[in-house]
Amino acid sequence: MLKTPLYDIHLALGAKIAPFGGWFMPIQYQGILAEHAHTRRAVSVFDICHMGEFLLEADPVLSGLERVITQNITSMLSGSCRYGFMLNAQAGILDDLVVYRINENKWMLVVNAATALNDYEHLKINLSGQYLLQNVSDKTGKLDVQGPQSLDVLKDIFGVRIEGLGYYRFSDFVFEGEHCIVSRTGYTGELGFEIYISSEHVAKLWEVLLKDGRVRPAGLGSRDTLRLEMGYPLYGQDLDINHTPLSAGFGRFIDFSKEFIGKDVLFKEQKSGPEEHLVCFKADCRRAPRHGFAIFDKDRRVGTVTSGSFSPSLSVGIGMGYVDYSYDIGANLVVKDGLAEIPVKIVKKPFLTKTSL
Amino acid sequence: MSIPKNLLYTKDHEWVRIEGKVAYVGITDHAQHSLGDITFVELPKIGEEIKQASYCSTVESVKAASEVFAPLSGKVLSINTELSAHPELINQSPYEKGYFFTMEFSNEAEKANLMAADGYEIYIEGISK
Repeated sequence: MLKTPLYDIHLALGAKIAPFGGWFMPIQYQGILAEHAHTRRAVSVFDICHMGEFLLEADPVLSGLERVITQNITSMLSGSCRYGFMLNAQAGILDDLVVYRINENKWMLVVNAATALNDYEHLKINLSGQYLLQNVSDKTGKLDVQGPQSLDVLKDIFGVRIEGLGYYRFSDFVFEGEHCIVSRTGYTGELGFEIYISSEHVAKLWEVLLKDGRVRPAGLGSRDTLRLEMGYPLYGQDLDINHTPLSAGFGRFIDFSKEFIGKDVLFKEQKSGPEEHLVCFKADCRRAPRHGFAIFDKDRRVGTVTSGSFSPSLSVGIGMGYVDYSYDIGANLVVKDGLAEIPVKIVKKPFLTKTSL
Repeated sequence: MSIPKNLLYTKDHEWVRIEGKVAYVGITDHAQHSLGDITFVELPKIGEEIKQASYCSTVESVKAASEVFAPLSGKVLSINTELSAHPELINQSPYEKGYFFTMEFSNEAEKANLMAADGYEIYIEGISK
């Protein structure tokens, strides 16, 4: 089990620590509900150092990078980010990732912690010709600063230039003489930024952020409830090798006009329609659907919950899961586990529409 | 961690306060603290017969659902209706406003299966090591 450079700081803050994706991570400090509310209302900082980062120098077409990622990356502007997937030949999702185009032939790929090593191998196998791929995860610290006041806080640290960053754009900044990358991206549904800085300097940045009275630390517990309220998927739960991006409802992150690994299978699936699809549902009570619970239409099993929680913003249970393709928005179903039966209705995502994003 | 002297405790972190033939039941400060923010509770029905150490309630936090076991056998007399809209009372006041239900207990001898405050204190020190 690995520890981020901030592990001792989390312990000193009284965090509850638990394993996640091979790492000991802070789940909560004050409490999940308080951290969730503070992120929606003000601004929180999350230690996301566990995530994987690769630096790649490569021509997108000649190296085969374009074939590895479902999104078109050749059309990206330098200084922009794009969300997409890496698939296997059966179109199963190996990982979801964010591609940063640093310049014409230089890229940063941000991948999930638990999948980073496999992703790295997948890239090595599928890239060819002249390229330089480095797994810089160990050297790279990452802090997410999220919430309606995040821009005000970061302006004080990085200067007013940060105001010019559009959504899914990034730029280089300097913090105490140290180079960092800041993107206007996140996983909470609020206005927010993700900061990449060397792992030696990440503790200093964390300290400076927490000295700002507006900022509080938030753990992976609230990160999960925040992302779920937005209908954002979590790899390993809502996305995995047994599902395709089409069945997960992310067709807009696939460029069918180019060649990529898994395209043939996806193309067929697009024509025939997926057998099941990922939907969001809302309970009629505070009881939470949970990962692995069965989804029923009367007596017939029609799906499985992949993520579920109490929604702090809506005060009811919410969740995501795969159901037969015939069930769509408005359908009334029942989530069951043992004695618990939770009536749910399939709803449009996101659960929360009025945020600072 | 608060462990009032006038209560009896189970190994599953329920407490019981005995007032004559009536017992108040809830979960301990240690339990609410380890669960974190409580978001939902399912209580037994009034009049339901419950059995010592058997399932009687469910308590859910943001992260997980846990079962609550009856500290004594008997009949449920009343439930704390405040908890359906305000389960956070269990976090805020586990021994008073956050009690789960009251019951009429049927077997005095079952009290011997419960721990007094000092015994429970030693017990939770042991499991948190």
